[in-house]
Amino acid sequence: MELICPAGTPASLEAAVEAGADAIYCGFRDETNARNFPGLNFSRDELKKSIAFAHRHGVKVLVAINTFARAGSFGLWQAAIDDAVAAGADALILADLATLDYAARRHPAQRLHVSVQAGAANPDAIRFYAESFGARRVVLPRVLNVMEIAAIVRESAVETEVFVFGGLCVMEEGRCSLSSYATGQSPNMNGVCSPASDVAYAERDGQVVSTLGGFTINSFGKGEPAGYPTLCKGRFATPKGSGYIFEEPVSLDAAVMLPALRDAGVTAFKIEGRQRGRAYIAGVVRSFRKILAAIDEGRSPPAADLAAMAEGQTSTVGAYRKGWR
Amino acid sequence: MPESETTGLRVMPPRLPSWLSRAVAPLPLAPLQPALALMLARISRAHPDLYDRLGNHAEKRFGIGPTDLPFAFVLEPRPSRPLARAVRSLPGGLDASIRGPLAGLIGMAEGTLDGDALFFSRVLWVEGDVAAALALRNAIDDARIDFGKLLLGGFGPLGVRFADAVRQRIRTLPAAGGTSWS
Repeated sequence: MELICPAGTPASLEAAVEAGADAIYCGFRDETNARNFPGLNFSRDELKKSIAFAHRHGVKVLVAINTFARAGSFGLWQAAIDDAVAAGADALILADLATLDYAARRHPAQRLHVSVQAGAANPDAIRFYAESFGARRVVLPRVLNVMEIAAIVRESAVETEVFVFGGLCVMEEGRCSLSSYATGQSPNMNGVCSPASDVAYAERDGQVVSTLGGFTINSFGKGEPAGYPTLCKGRFATPKGSGYIFEEPVSLDAAVMLPALRDAGVTAFKIEGRQRGRAYIAGVVRSFRKILAAIDEGRSPPAADLAAMAEGQTSTVGAYRKGWR
Repeated sequence: MPESETTGLRVMPPRLPSWLSRAVAPLPLAPLQPALALMLARISRAHPDLYDRLGNHAEKRFGIGPTDLPFAFVLEPRPSRPLARAVRSLPGGLDASIRGPLAGLIGMAEGTLDGDALFFSRVLWVEGDVAAALALRNAIDDARIDFGKLLLGGFGPLGVRFADAVRQRIRTLPAAGGTSWS
């Protein structure tokens, strides 16, 4: 079982290597990757040096070029693909059909992974990516339970990768327009969900109020754990009362599901969080490394104890155990 | 899972005791200014990549407010004439300000504590230009700055050892928000 870890900076990449990552995913400092946040990501030179560092330690680097190319600017995505291949990327993580097609034709020997942003959630979709572009792995959307994942693995010839920890999108990966509605920018097109430039916090009557593009997203009372200022995890006033109508501020923690996911035939476990600091990356990667080692040796895995790292300081196993749709 | 065994993640910073805050409150800030200027000059020289990450945000004015100290800091990281100074309270007109316990701010800057986790736990508070604050956080996180060594490294191995001892002592203090370091 591979442990795939995030890195938003070269320092984070080195922290992930030292903490025991099998592979690290990262992206360029532009809108070609879905974590296009201020002060984050890699220059071309940094990526080249970081890949060399990772390879010296036997760790793979997967480059996420997983936004959807904007009409008239496809050159930006083509250059990202060419430069990532030239830097020695072990795989490219792509979502847009145009980028997959370009990469498959231009760099036929390059290993391609289908990003979670592509929303490939059934064997037919996965087969299409494999047959059309030679994709070797698909990152499954966080909408499937373990039985569904097992069924997909049985019917698919490609490897599967699933998220096991970190931020949780609410079922519309690759198709979400909530951030666009509030700010004009989206994770799918611009690489930013709830861009920081549109976020503001203010203290009102002892409450911390978060706004996004002028919309009030949430209000946290004294001592109440906070969450990211995303519309999907906002508190809404409705005729039936106020509350979270999409999802609560909560992070995925599927540590207890790892044995079941392994038995389902999953190839790789992925940790979300390229936007997080070195402390998060080192701590979470080290925790999951210990848990995986214990599972491999047939021992009881140690408790992950990662609640404080979670959004809203609350965790869920998400759809892996959900019975509803 | 056995309850006694955990993966032991450090997440919460300690808070300086209130007596310390009261004790340093009457002291003049003037002696701090040259030390801050020296530290910032060393950071600028040793970590030029920091400015690539900051981009346009390098020209902004940041307030750093330790909630357990009776003074704060104003930081203007611009590459041409970086400026850092201690102030009794944060002035108006700052682009962004970040407040939290001193150990939390240092831990986040040195990469031993996660800024988002501090924010989720309400230990950390960001005001103003959130993009600028994020860029500063990410740039400093990547730079791997050891503030103790920068400030006291000029005193040789003794200074480095003193910085480590202070850091160890701070870790034994009660955590902000009532949770202790594990």
